[in-house]
Amino acid sequence: MRELVIDDVATDTMLDLYRQMFLIRIVEDACQDLYSKGLLHGTTHLCSGQEAVAVGANSVLGPHDRVACTYRGHGHSLALGMDLNAFIAELLGRQSGICGGRAGSMNLIDLEHRLLGCYGIVGGSVAAATGAGLAFRGTQRVAVAYFGDGAVNQAYFPECLNFSKVFGLPVVYVCENNLYGEFTPMDTVTAGTIMDRVRAYGVAASQVDGMDIRAVRTAMQGALESARNGDGPVFLEALTYRFAGHSKSDPGRYRAAGEFERWRERDPIRLAREALTSELGVAEDTIKQVETECAVRLAGAREAATEALFPDPGESVSEFKA
Amino acid sequence: MQLDFRGAIRKALDDELTADPAVILFGEDIGAAGGAFAVTTGLQEKHPNRVLDTPISELALSGAGFGAALCGLRPVVEIMFGDFLPLAMDSLLNQASKFWYMSNGQASVPMVVRCVVGAGGRFGPIHSQTPIAWFMSVPGIKIVGPSTPADAYSLLRAAVRDENPVLFLEHKRLYTVKGEVSGEQQSIGEAAIVREGADLTLVSALRAVPDCLEAAAMLESAGISAEVIDLKTLRPPDIPTIVKSVKKTHRLMVVEEGPRTGGWAGEILAAVTEECLGVMQSAWRLTTADHPVPYSPGLEDAFLPSATSIVASVTQHMAGGKVDA
Ligand SMILES: Cc1ncc(C[n+]2csc(CCOP(=O)(O)OP(=O)(O)O)c2C)c(N)n1
Ligand SMILES: [Mg+2]
Repeated sequence: MRELVIDDVATDTMLDLYRQMFLIRIVEDACQDLYSKGLLHGTTHLCSGQEAVAVGANSVLGPHDRVACTYRGHGHSLALGMDLNAFIAELLGRQSGICGGRAGSMNLIDLEHRLLGCYGIVGGSVAAATGAGLAFRGTQRVAVAYFGDGAVNQAYFPECLNFSKVFGLPVVYVCENNLYGEFTPMDTVTAGTIMDRVRAYGVAASQVDGMDIRAVRTAMQGALESARNGDGPVFLEALTYRFAGHSKSDPGRYRAAGEFERWRERDPIRLAREALTSELGVAEDTIKQVETECAVRLAGAREAATEALFPDPGESVSEFKA
Repeated sequence: MQLDFRGAIRKALDDELTADPAVILFGEDIGAAGGAFAVTTGLQEKHPNRVLDTPISELALSGAGFGAALCGLRPVVEIMFGDFLPLAMDSLLNQASKFWYMSNGQASVPMVVRCVVGAGGRFGPIHSQTPIAWFMSVPGIKIVGPSTPADAYSLLRAAVRDENPVLFLEHKRLYTVKGEVSGEQQSIGEAAIVREGADLTLVSALRAVPDCLEAAAMLESAGISAEVIDLKTLRPPDIPTIVKSVKKTHRLMVVEEGPRTGGWAGEILAAVTEECLGVMQSAWRLTTADHPVPYSPGLEDAFLPSATSIVASVTQHMAGGKVDA
């Protein structure tokens, strides 16, 4: 389990965070490739660009906290510690997948690593974490919900926010605002601001630069502390951007001119790399070595998953636990 | 005119928007982006202000559809995946479908809810369901599920013109199917015999219809003559057409892509049995298993009805039938 005491400029910590973000980015690139080769099926939602939220926020969780995220959950799953082999095997529908090949990319579940699930229904993660918060009342445990800007227009959101506020539940709601829900700009379908909505419920709310992993970590640290202290739910809006298409079917025409390039300048991985070399004095070689290690790990996992067995369709399945 | 299934849906929507200014389309990503399955491409440009991109708010979509229908519009609401219908359920089930009865006929609710349904696309347990059974026991709502571009076109136009709430289901594995679209009028509530036969009646809907037709061709070479009925409307189902066929063939098999327990196939079997018990030699259903739709390709393929599994099931039952006879 990762350390809980935060020193947001410790070089080792930063290098580890970088390692995780870099791995997620190349995993997402690999997913794209696996999809184009017909090995990853159906659809998949990549989180490229949003790694600092996944890695930064999850890196400060406690060992007994629980997380619910969305179909865009590859980064969160890996940041929480899901085994890379089991992760890729699941996307390829293999028996050794984290859910035995039953769930696929949109619905990853890994209770052992604190993941209550990636929810394929927009808003589903908000509800799951609210319930987890109910179960954690009076304990030192916190539940975290990750969801997109689009989810704030889903009935789950106001209902759960109110619910957790009136019961003072230990829940941290993290909205990853990447400006779009699928192909629709959020401001064309969202009245007012997300922050104002949350504040109307009397829930403590703040915004954070979702491309700056240290900022995300610090903000999440504060949010978790407050929820753990019994001060009720906390809301964080992480301002971020997705570099990949929404899913495997994406016309891509919706982005405003120059917007993509502007956000690319603030690539969270690039920013973290710059911090490592210029601020923390880490040698280029050290970083390269970390990157190579990640690539080797990924290649190994990819090969293992590609060779793994498919589940046996002849095996009898029960709808119930006995 | 030759159209693919998706093009037939688009044309039906376009023609209804053109024919009636009261028609309005709304849903998530259906306007500027043309829909998650590229069904509504171009419609917003052609009919600005009547094709709206909405927030991700399924309950608001169905609720607004209901209220607007009461006040003179003819809303066509898109719920992207049928799996998301539960989020829209209250408005459909407790408001829209009951209003005409409850108001003692003061007004009906002419709205259409379109969604993509069905498995086989590797979309996993929460984007692959065929939610017919969820609505089968709701009086006041019609459920339409075409299997060809021609039916998709004609039945969608009929749905928009219908005075009642209609759930219109589009199977994702049918979108690329091509066919002649004549534009001939069709009525909701009428099944069609799409292949004549003498030994057995196969009843199905949506994507299982082409599977049944393929199975019937395979059965023919094995000396079994299967009649195939495309239900087209699942609620209310056209029982008389099936009864007439079963009185001729004496055997009924219903193929449903959906869980066995509580499925619509059971309803068809029951309704036909009530009228045909004396003349039936055999009646059964082929459905999916009572567990969620799996993601892994091999699991999903084995889970779904197919021409092969239909043939296997028929062969097994016919062998039994002949012993009984
Ligand atoms: C209830 C529901 N409605 C619609 C969808 C289809 N859908 C999947 S992702 C998505 C956009 C969600 O946008 P946002 O919440 O901003 O998250 P992002 O994808 O940007 O991470 C939509 C509409 C869904 N999965 N669930
Ligand atoms: Mg978004």
